Amino acid sequence: METAAIHQRLSQSFGSGIGESRLEVKDPWIFVEPPLIADVARFVHDDPDLAFDSLSNLSALDYKAENHIQLVYHLFSYRHRHWLILKVNADRDNPVVPSVESIWKAANWHEREAYDLLGVSFTGHPDLRRILLPEDWIGHPLRKDYVEPVEYHGISTRRESLLR
Amino acid sequence: MGLAGFEVEVEREGTQGLETEEMTLNMGPQHPSTHGVLRFVVKADGEVMRQAIPDIGYLHRSIEKISEKVGYHGFMPYTDRVDYVAAMFCNQGWGMACEKLANIEVPKRGEYCRVIASELNRIASHLLSVGTMILDIGATTPFFHAIREREKINDLLEELCGARLTYNYMRIGGVAWDLPPGFVERSIDFLDNFELAAREFEDLITYNKIYVERLIDVCPISAEKAINYNLTGPNLRASGVSYDVRRDDPYSIYRELDFQVPVGKGELGTVGDCFDRYIVRIREMNESVKILRQCFAQIPPGPVIAKVPRKFKPPAGDVFIRVESARGDMGWYVVSDGSEFPYRVKIRTGSFAAMSIIDAISSGIMLADLVAVIASLDIVAPEVDR
Repeated sequence: METAAIHQRLSQSFGSGIGESRLEVKDPWIFVEPPLIADVARFVHDDPDLAFDSLSNLSALDYKAENHIQLVYHLFSYRHRHWLILKVNADRDNPVVPSVESIWKAANWHEREAYDLLGVSFTGHPDLRRILLPEDWIGHPLRKDYVEPVEYHGISTRRESLLR
Repeated sequence: MGLAGFEVEVEREGTQGLETEEMTLNMGPQHPSTHGVLRFVVKADGEVMRQAIPDIGYLHRSIEKISEKVGYHGFMPYTDRVDYVAAMFCNQGWGMACEKLANIEVPKRGEYCRVIASELNRIASHLLSVGTMILDIGATTPFFHAIREREKINDLLEELCGARLTYNYMRIGGVAWDLPPGFVERSIDFLDNFELAAREFEDLITYNKIYVERLIDVCPISAEKAINYNLTGPNLRASGVSYDVRRDDPYSIYRELDFQVPVGKGELGTVGDCFDRYIVRIREMNESVKILRQCFAQIPPGPVIAKVPRKFKPPAGDVFIRVESARGDMGWYVVSDGSEFPYRVKIRTGSFAAMSIIDAISSGIMLADLVAVIASLDIVAPEVDR
């Protein structure tokens, strides 16, 4: 099913919770309001005509200028062999988004990664903690205003320290 | 393998006052069978595993962050380090993502060079995968047969691009160099020999009774579960899902090539068990040989790289592309804001998904089988951590 048709269908079910869609770009997408993402995900997963059984990718981006963190869900259906891209703009100062872990288990680690590297909180996630960085790391490195710490447990992160 | 039954038997015969208790063990990060720096916290009741919790991040090199600082051309050598066992696919993924962003068409010969390099790399990667899998399980000899053939591929690829693992062979718009003189002949020689070696390898180990017994019915993954956890590539196909990006969403020149997609059928045990994951890789190597022969027969003359400006500034936008890497469908999500530097790059790899499923499938298996499961999922640590 094409993104335009899916957009129409989602708008019928969720009304104003579904934002605009961008169809003329290379990979068309649909905007979803942050609180609704889990419900929309459940809908597109369960609906037999859509049947998005796989969360192919979940990326988080920091749009500092617009003051939001964007989450991009790439969904794929092995049954129908079609794609859907959902985008969610969360508030940058307090990004809280419902987790889709109960729908696609693949989301578990992707959401942990988004939490670790961009500081996005996922409500309903069973085990939201850092995944790639150490537990006691400070800050979220993929944020655009991240400043690398000078040292970690007495280990310098500066190249000059090696040249002493 | 009847482990639950084993456990019940122990309980039945257990004498009073001798209760067993759960033991928490640490496995890794430096462990010979973890193929890199992986760590598991294993909870075991005697020899039976209750849970294996993966702990990743030991090889995190912040490759995605680096991409935001080095520019589009400059990022190519870094992509080698995403998966240094099959670096050609990372090169290709990055190249394809940039080409899609900027609407660049790769010359035909360039595409052939890419596919030749990638498929050689796929054979090398699968050889390492099955070789180390057999080694982990306890058979030493076949590993050397696998590594011997892989060395020959390394020699060929070194001839092609000067490196044996971190190739940096491809560029945005094509490949860096054309095939060197005599490369086609030497590659065909290799393929002729490889077919014999592959048959020898099968005689040596594939249907060896001890080996098969270690693999069949161990940790079968159902198709539904594999899709839910987003397993890809050979791991997904071993679970009976016939999906290959090269065939079902063809990129490059795969549309013009004729090959089969091997699928796990549970011929000796259950669909999606460790043996299926092994045999799918063995068969894929033979398909890669077929692809390579077609490429060598069809490769057209012409340039190998399109004209791409040195100062590469793709128009603003975002693209998602997929490459069928040796470890499955590798996804590249690249966002451009129109500047010289990518705004965000997200790499979704096959090993990441394969690692995340271990916690869910490892309950109730024997401790020693964990090694077989990790090896059969073909997890390469740098690809998990990026």
